[in-house]
Amino acid sequence: MNLSRKLLILVPYSWLVVLFLIPFGIVLKISLSDIALSIPPYTPKLEIFSSSAEWLQYFMALDLENFIFLSEDRLYYVAYLSSLKIASISTLITLLIGYPIAYGMAKSPEHWRPTLIMMVILPFWTSFLIRIYAWMGLLSNEGLLNQFLIWTGIIDGPLIILNTNWAVYIGIVYAYLPFMILPIYASLEKMDVSLVEAAEDLGCSATSAFWLITAPLSKPGIIAGCFLVFIPALGEFVIPSLLGGSDTMMIGKVLWEEFFSNRDWPVASSVAIILLLLLIIPIILFQRNEHKQREVER
Amino acid sequence: MQTTFPKLGLALAVVVTAHASVAEEVRVYNWSDYIDEALLNKFEQQTGIKLIYDVFDSNEVLETKMLAGGSGYDVVVPSGTFLQRQIIAGAFQKLDYGQLSNKNNLWDVIEKRTAQYDPSNAYSINYMWGTTGLGVNTGTVSDLLGDNVAIDSLALVFEPSNMEKLAECGVYFLDAPSEMIPAALKYLGEDPDSQDPDVIALTEPLFAAIRPYISKFHSSEYINALANGDICVAFGWSGDILQARDRAAEAENDVEIAYNAPSEGALMWFDQMAIPVDAPNPTGAHKFLNFILDAQNMADASNYVYYANGNLASQSMLVEDVIGDPAIYPDPETLKNLYTTTPYGAKVQRVVTRLWTKIKSGT
Repeated sequence: MNLSRKLLILVPYSWLVVLFLIPFGIVLKISLSDIALSIPPYTPKLEIFSSSAEWLQYFMALDLENFIFLSEDRLYYVAYLSSLKIASISTLITLLIGYPIAYGMAKSPEHWRPTLIMMVILPFWTSFLIRIYAWMGLLSNEGLLNQFLIWTGIIDGPLIILNTNWAVYIGIVYAYLPFMILPIYASLEKMDVSLVEAAEDLGCSATSAFWLITAPLSKPGIIAGCFLVFIPALGEFVIPSLLGGSDTMMIGKVLWEEFFSNRDWPVASSVAIILLLLLIIPIILFQRNEHKQREVER
Repeated sequence: MQTTFPKLGLALAVVVTAHASVAEEVRVYNWSDYIDEALLNKFEQQTGIKLIYDVFDSNEVLETKMLAGGSGYDVVVPSGTFLQRQIIAGAFQKLDYGQLSNKNNLWDVIEKRTAQYDPSNAYSINYMWGTTGLGVNTGTVSDLLGDNVAIDSLALVFEPSNMEKLAECGVYFLDAPSEMIPAALKYLGEDPDSQDPDVIALTEPLFAAIRPYISKFHSSEYINALANGDICVAFGWSGDILQARDRAAEAENDVEIAYNAPSEGALMWFDQMAIPVDAPNPTGAHKFLNFILDAQNMADASNYVYYANGNLASQSMLVEDVIGDPAIYPDPETLKNLYTTTPYGAKVQRVVTRLWTKIKSGT
């Protein structure tokens, strides 16, 4: 391997170290500390340029107390599980809505496609926060949706949607739909149409051609889309706090409470570490599985 | 000749930076709906200092910023117990009373009480003080409950049979455990300032019984909600509820709001102006504090937000609506009935917040 290639590889690795590993190390360090009334609000603290004895003393003071605290309280299990549930269901719904849209876009005449992509991206021109606020106006008891439904006579009283989990699902699906559509569209657009034609020539019905050819070939797009929706949805804070009720338990909200209401940085950091493990372990398992499959195919 | 241009550029740059440093700034972080905004302009015009004014609605959020350090603010306004904790944490710098020429306007009665949190008031001056109590839409509540239920009793909101009926028109509670748990303890006949986790836990069944009837826990939205008639009862801060009363009167929407400090006893709190230890412009911060200490300015602020202040000299300039209202300046009888609290320790704080999460979310 020559020097220029090594240097090239250094770029993504230094990105990883500076923007992931170092911050992770800091959060891990805080999660092993104790809460204290000081600036910053935890102890022990460490200066980078300390003697080895000070380093030793520092490491002796760290412990797993916060993780034990988390394991003893039902709240955190409930919040993690409910976040997993909300993120999984939202991902499934975005997939069910996003796939047909991406399919339609990929099958549309070529000169339409840039316009269609533009329309998917267009909502991003407005701030995320404002778009979620707009949903508060739409979904509230006196909101447009209820006014419309009452006007048409479908319902007599307003449907209570705002401040429930329904509103959270609507918000997440709405906000993350483009992240599902774009990767699926990318993989469908690349696909060789003659493969489907060949399948149909050989007597395959349109439906089974879809399931045998199109769906498997768009799998990378589906997986990328699911990751792009699931991961941010799991830690989502803005949507549940604006649209959800006080009984909407999501780990992002718990993290906020630990940090801002309890001012307990060590516990907040422990919650964040566990959230990260929850995300990283399935991703690693998944990649290992993919790797094995590729070797089998070879 | 060729060297002249770079030199000219350098000279220009020096002039520009010198000018930028002249444009002095003071950054103030205060509670929402807590000042007459005309005063902010007045400060800028009088001193030529650019004022950057941000707001918050929870002591907890302020404390998070203070303990993280480097907030960039020059003046912040924590309440008594929070101030005390943050002084211990080393978050504030001692005031230089030499720079506060208006310091003699301060009211010794209030200073004596705030010294409980900030010994000899070394770090802070009182901005405003008030009580936490019950805001009631009198018309709606008497329609729903009849006239036999006292609207100045904690039983109005802690008795499930009352709350069941009130749920129809909407009840908001402050999202502030350090205020609501003492109130619940007072209703139970316990010491509201208890630091004992077992005593604090007694409030859980009390809240659990009324939780289904509380529409929302929020610390600022109730002003508008009360004024618009969207809710009929709010457990909130005195001046906020009086602002709601005023807004409703201005809107002439047939909504009549009354504020009462609970007859069982009400929490008395003090919002104190202090200067963070790492304030970028402590001199400017002192100028702002001195501006606030001016009797006329303080009177204007109180006349606008309906909170009592710690400024004795301002009292002659207060409108009758403020100085004459026992809900704002309590009579000696009510004053006896007011209690104060002390800050929770770190472990008790965790118990309190955990309990509050449980109360709010049911988990």
